Amino acid sequence: MTQPAENKTWRKGGFANTVLWGGLVFLYAPMVILMLYSFNASKLVTVWGGFSFKWYGELLHNDSLLDAIWTSLQIAFFTASAAVLLGTMAALIMTRFGGFKGRTLFTGMITAPLVMPDVIIGLSLLLLFVQMASSFGWPADRGMVTIWIAHTTFCSAYVTVVVASRLRELDQSIEEAALDLGATPLRAFFLITVPIILPALASAWLLAFTLSLDDLVIASFVTGPNATTLPMKVFSSARLGVSPDVNALATVIILTVSLVVLLAWYISRRAERKRLRVDI
Amino acid sequence: MISLIRQLMTGRFWLIAAPYTWLLLFFALPFAIVLMISVSTAAFSVPPYEAVFSYADQQLKILLNLGNYSFLLDDPLYYLAYWGSIKMAFFATILTLLLGYPMAYAIAQAPQKNQTVLLLLVMLPSWTSFLIRIYAWMGILSNEGVINGLLQAMGLIDEPIQMLNTNFAVYVGIVYAYLPFMILPLYANLVKLDSTLLEAASDLGARRFTAFWRVTLPLSKNGIIAGSMLVFIPVVGEFVIPELLGGPDTLMIGTVLWAEFFGNRDWPVASALAIIMLVILLIPIMLFHRYQSKSLEASS
Repeated sequence: MTQPAENKTWRKGGFANTVLWGGLVFLYAPMVILMLYSFNASKLVTVWGGFSFKWYGELLHNDSLLDAIWTSLQIAFFTASAAVLLGTMAALIMTRFGGFKGRTLFTGMITAPLVMPDVIIGLSLLLLFVQMASSFGWPADRGMVTIWIAHTTFCSAYVTVVVASRLRELDQSIEEAALDLGATPLRAFFLITVPIILPALASAWLLAFTLSLDDLVIASFVTGPNATTLPMKVFSSARLGVSPDVNALATVIILTVSLVVLLAWYISRRAERKRLRVDI
Repeated sequence: MISLIRQLMTGRFWLIAAPYTWLLLFFALPFAIVLMISVSTAAFSVPPYEAVFSYADQQLKILLNLGNYSFLLDDPLYYLAYWGSIKMAFFATILTLLLGYPMAYAIAQAPQKNQTVLLLLVMLPSWTSFLIRIYAWMGILSNEGVINGLLQAMGLIDEPIQMLNTNFAVYVGIVYAYLPFMILPLYANLVKLDSTLLEAASDLGARRFTAFWRVTLPLSKNGIIAGSMLVFIPVVGEFVIPELLGGPDTLMIGTVLWAEFFGNRDWPVASALAIIMLVILLIPIMLFHRYQSKSLEASS
């Protein structure tokens, strides 16, 4: 398509463009309002009592909250790492392996977690852990390890989708050339494929990390008395209504996650451009 | 036998076996256990149900208690909760589609260099916390919230309008939270659309709306199905949104299941609720699976 034609269609989609900008306002306005109110000095959420950082200061002295943040970060880190490992294997199987016995079941188990309601995943995994504990004594206590297993299971599905879409568009002739020149499949994968799909692996890791950090329902089912995650803390105070310290906490979370995602996006875009330049 | 041994020696076998085993153990097997617990009997013990299989005096006893299911059929609460969830998910999906389709269309039509930025803008909120974005609406919709405050300040209303803790708030929350999941597959579909088809249609005298209705829309069918299923299926089991934004009128199966499990500690009934929800969602999940596995396998 030539450039002028592209511009013409862009101008022509007047209605769609209006909806797009309206939709973006709809997506961002609630978060902006929430952030503004986190600087409200008044204890009454809706009355503006002047600009203040005091709710942020109070967060730093809330030990149980800091504990929950640390627990969530640890779980998210190990979840993202394991999910990238499992999900990349699954993506390779989906894109490079052709048919094998049980492929249909495999695809089903990889795609179903994307849509399966959280309450079902949470309940079913909890019942599994309870049954395992009564059958052979493990896991004796539920907590971070059981949350990690549950999160890894559903995050792998997302990783598979991200990595598989990158693997599909990859030029397979480079891999084949390496194999023809005598590299073992394992060597070819780590020396050729991994460096090329590294940006996709990084964004899949980040996606799994944020998904794990955000999950309330599944973690609530599979946790034990000793592990409280950040979403559980947020939920139990949000249930009681809007409060300024939750607003402050929410602002910190939104800004941190957005900053990291934007940074990752910027880096991967630069890497992508460099790659395209090298290709030419 | 020899071929089996040879298979065991290859890396290919182990590469498939590792994720396969993980998924069988932590995704497929749990469903079998839910099915089993759903026919067990609730008890005051740890865990709070009686074993379905017991073995004593060389007798294997299997005790299937179908009472949990007949209990669900007898009490209209459960029937109404399923119906409420399906209705809510259906209308919310349509609303999300009506808002998401033009947005995806506009992004797909935008100049190439703007597309990635627009897509990032749409996806960025879904990377930040789902829970917090729902919580944000509590402050906006409540009686002392931003909207009511604004309307009262302008003198349009005297009494605040009750918006929080109504089905309206739940709809807003669902559309808000799930919009990116609708837009992404629609965009992926629309951006691949061959623009020469539209040019051919306009050459043959079709007006823009006719061309859209008869060419673009039918060709984006797969994107519509994928996006709608990505919204509909999880919303049927949604817990956080009805719990935080819903009110006494909001009856959804996710919150009922949660209450049975955490409140009543009736694990068998919660399991039976989950099994019935799965049966209801079976066809939508298969629809989604067909689309997703096509897009996972289709290699260039």
